[in-house]
Amino acid sequence: MGEILRATGDALVLLFSWEPALWDIIGISFSVSLRAILISAPLAIVVAFVLTIGRFPGRRALISFFNSLMAVPAVVVGLTVYLLLSRSGPMGDLKLLFTQTAMIIGQITLAFPLLVAMSHAALQAAEKDAWETAITLGAKPWQAMLTIMREVRFGLLAAVIAGFARIIAEVGCSMMVGGNILGVTRNIPTAIALETSKGEFIQGIALGMVLLFLALFLNLLLSFVQGKGELT
Amino acid sequence: MKSTAVLRCLVATVTILLSCPGSAYSAQALRLATTTSTENSGLLNYLLPVFEKHSGMSVHVIAVGTGKALRIARAGDVDVVMVHARPAEQRFVTDGHGVDRREFMYNDFVIVGPGTDPAGVGKTDSVTEALHNIASSASRFVSRGDDSGTHKKELALWQMIDSRPAGDWYLESGMGMGKVLQMASELDAYTMTDRGTWLAYRGHLELALLLQGDPPLFNPYGIIAVNPARHPDVNYTGATVLIEWLASPEGQKMIAQYRVDGQSLFHPLLIPEE
Repeated sequence: MGEILRATGDALVLLFSWEPALWDIIGISFSVSLRAILISAPLAIVVAFVLTIGRFPGRRALISFFNSLMAVPAVVVGLTVYLLLSRSGPMGDLKLLFTQTAMIIGQITLAFPLLVAMSHAALQAAEKDAWETAITLGAKPWQAMLTIMREVRFGLLAAVIAGFARIIAEVGCSMMVGGNILGVTRNIPTAIALETSKGEFIQGIALGMVLLFLALFLNLLLSFVQGKGELT
Repeated sequence: MKSTAVLRCLVATVTILLSCPGSAYSAQALRLATTTSTENSGLLNYLLPVFEKHSGMSVHVIAVGTGKALRIARAGDVDVVMVHARPAEQRFVTDGHGVDRREFMYNDFVIVGPGTDPAGVGKTDSVTEALHNIASSASRFVSRGDDSGTHKKELALWQMIDSRPAGDWYLESGMGMGKVLQMASELDAYTMTDRGTWLAYRGHLELALLLQGDPPLFNPYGIIAVNPARHPDVNYTGATVLIEWLASPEGQKMIAQYRVDGQSLFHPLLIPEE
């Protein structure tokens, strides 16, 4: 127990001593995951919207499909993206493997089903008539869509935060398609895996604490936003 | 009162479960922390059954990087540690964490790279010249970057040419040897690998063996018992038996006879090799 406490204390010191190498890793993590969520969230929300409003054959099957995709392990997504981007794979000419772009592609793939499923659940909560009323009142479809999105904005935000939490803490896919290259594709989770394998537990704990603080912050934000949502 | 009785029952049950024959046996077992190279190459699977028969002990292998293996040993979580990083091993002993260190075998590293060989590594016999060419032509090089024995060896070689590799061409990957080989293959990059992993992976790689046999590429393995004065509960007797067996003519001969794909990977240091 003493060892754990000492390591945690040292980790705090390391974290606040502003060591560039450590903060480099944290920066890469955020830059990659933010870009991934910025690309995937709008797309996923539109898809969720089409699944909520649209009436077409296979709609329910598609919803089930996205729901089950949520359960795919990150390493499987990583493996799939790896095989696509590998130079013996169909997209090998793009030379994207072991770059941040590859990590972003992987994280988009991971976040997308979760974003669709959660956004769909949120959009279902909107008033059924809202869409038709808006259309009847002469709104263009995209205007009606924005109206409904506004109505369920807290649910959508919850979806985005959950999606972000999933990809920022994800190790299997980033390790596989990013390659854990120092200063390029080494993010918080892959760095923790590496430091642990080296027996450098203090670095691992310091980075783990960053993730913990982040999770805490996101959850507080979420409960704050949701609480407000109930009041209005 | 009742809840304390339930709790006691629970504790008793757990204690009984934990003290099953299996764990009584493992109290006798020898815990060995070692590098992935000895495990992945199949050497331990070949040696240990014979040793277990000879000694009547069972050996539990924890295969990790050299850095972590030494760290586990320092905490007293294993009885004996087998790694390949001479300076780190010597420090481990001088710091009082280990005793009875012996170097008992070596393997060798090779430089592999793309078949086109832009840095001309295949044209030289000297590893220092090869690394110099790679650095001066800024050809991509994938480093383990994980503080493993192989990584330490690579850094020592760069030091021999007074160069600290840095730049876009030098990629510190922080992954195991197999992954690093796959990366080098995908990126048309050079890397340094132990021969065992190279033999195991070469079928899937678009890489060529470019340099081998230069003495600086030889890599001695040491085995160290965890210091019983520091950790009284370690199985020091068992560790001694293993160390002596590996250094014995029988153990040494078995090491010499081990083959993967018809090639010998490890060479004994304590008997002359045929």
